[in-house]
Amino acid sequence: MTASATPASRRRTRSTAWYPYVLIGPAAALVVIFLVYPVASVFYYSLQRYNVTMPFYNGFVGLGNFIEIAQDAKFWRSLGFTLQWVVVEVGLQFVFGLILALLINRAFRGRGIVRALVFSPWAVAGILTTTIWLLIYNPTTGFGHYLADLGLVPYGTSLLSGSGTAFWAAVLAELWKGAPFFAILILADLQSISLELYESADVDGAGRLRKFVSITWPHIRSAVVIATLLRAVWEFNNVDLLYTLTGGGPAGSTTTLPLYVAQTAITDRDFGYGSALTIVAFVILIVFTVVYLRANRFGRENA
Amino acid sequence: MTLDTTVIAPTASRSHAAPRRRRISRDRVIDQLLLRLPLGVALLFTLVPFYWMLLFAFRPAGSTALIPWPITLDNFAKVWNTSGFGIYFLNSVYVAVTSLVVSTIIALLGGYALARFEFRGKGAFLLVMLCTQFIPGAMMLIPLFQIFNGLGLTNSLWSLIVSDTVFHLPLSLVLMSGFIRNVPVELEEAAWVDGCSRIRAFRLVVLPLLRPGIVAVGSFAFISAWNNFLFAVMFISRQDQFTIPVGLSYLLGEFGTDFGALAAGGVIAVVPVVLVFAYVQRFLVQGLSAGAVKG
Repeated sequence: MTASATPASRRRTRSTAWYPYVLIGPAAALVVIFLVYPVASVFYYSLQRYNVTMPFYNGFVGLGNFIEIAQDAKFWRSLGFTLQWVVVEVGLQFVFGLILALLINRAFRGRGIVRALVFSPWAVAGILTTTIWLLIYNPTTGFGHYLADLGLVPYGTSLLSGSGTAFWAAVLAELWKGAPFFAILILADLQSISLELYESADVDGAGRLRKFVSITWPHIRSAVVIATLLRAVWEFNNVDLLYTLTGGGPAGSTTTLPLYVAQTAITDRDFGYGSALTIVAFVILIVFTVVYLRANRFGRENA
Repeated sequence: MTLDTTVIAPTASRSHAAPRRRRISRDRVIDQLLLRLPLGVALLFTLVPFYWMLLFAFRPAGSTALIPWPITLDNFAKVWNTSGFGIYFLNSVYVAVTSLVVSTIIALLGGYALARFEFRGKGAFLLVMLCTQFIPGAMMLIPLFQIFNGLGLTNSLWSLIVSDTVFHLPLSLVLMSGFIRNVPVELEEAAWVDGCSRIRAFRLVVLPLLRPGIVAVGSFAFISAWNNFLFAVMFISRQDQFTIPVGLSYLLGEFGTDFGALAAGGVIAVVPVVLVFAYVQRFLVQGLSAGAVKG
């Protein structure tokens, strides 16, 4: 097993040197045409005034779009909300996902079924999450109606139309869909911990918490770092749920930066300004990633 | 241990066992409570929303019962025939299955290169792959729309197949190369010694061992293509080319108050995904254990 860790370079001969390029070719071609080129064009448009509805003003504006962004109150507001959304969502999803993974990692009857059931929201589409939670949240036939029957809340309570409650309503729906992601990733890592470690800890009389702190956590830490990073980026960019559940409302209170981008680009047809906003989002994510990985001393062994 | 119990219960052989069993059983009760209670809460939180959708889908119009009885299929008939979900369903299947096949083939080729070769540009390629994960999908809409327009693919399901495949490709590649790396290279080498070509050795030795990996990568591609909403709603405007998520989004607006139809549409959308997921979720954990995450 150890020997197979570095097989490739040893095997390479002159006659096969072109193999990897042929093999990687289709993937590289698709990525260049449909990802790299579009990204490059986004950079290009970010320096242009390019509004489909006002073509006569179009042209090169240099950093004009970015200067405009710095003074755009809607931008700052959406950025603030994005940070709030990502921190709350990733934090909650991580805590629930970790607990879920620790539970399912134990041996009990019916484990396979339980695992499949609690993981299932992960596979559900964002638009379907909206559908399901709209059925729950709607004031006429949803949970609220039944709670009102019991006299717990007034009739017609709508979580999605209050600017304070809309946020938490969206958080709950996304938590339902997102927690399994953490559970899956962490569980995968938990299952690679050797049981002998726990057995020898038992012999030493270690308690539940002690075992978690000394054995489990150090083992899953790097997976947790990667999982939280991936999820943070994903939740940052996530448009489907908020777009369909709250539409960014009420009154723009749940508009994330990507949602603002989508509105600028698609509703207002302002491709130049939308592109500049994307570049800003992109840079924020890259900086965040580098800082986050550094802070967690990640990838040192690879460097 | 034996010594302890004899000290505690020295008298008769019957009471000898009793206190020990009681102490262990109290530990066991606490232990089981710590497992079952939160597990029950998690199951409830997961399943009640699903149940709520099924309830609305199968319940007759106007009913407020919490059990869908008598069961009716009216809502399904309505969305399948009147709202066009029959057509959307076929479109979604076409997009998701094609995306699955294309993704798997490309990931097998590229994943093999990443797993088995060192080559110039590999680091750069992986870096580009990583960077693609930071691109907000929303912003790709404009340039992608222009590209598909140029290729004459707007309002074509192929625009969805291509964009779904490409967006999912980095994950497919990394996952697949992890699976391939897990097949010992010695097996291949033995086949080469026996006179197999690289391709033949791959087909006869590696491919059979890769089945879990292929199932996993293919299923992820299927699920992500099936679920894609943003591209589908932006690239497709002709109703006969709608996919299920687009149909669902129109139901959200169109039938503002017909929650039965909406729920039935949701059930149609979720069934294929849940079936695929139920089958693949074992490989999911297994595949990630295989080192794909730690890469």
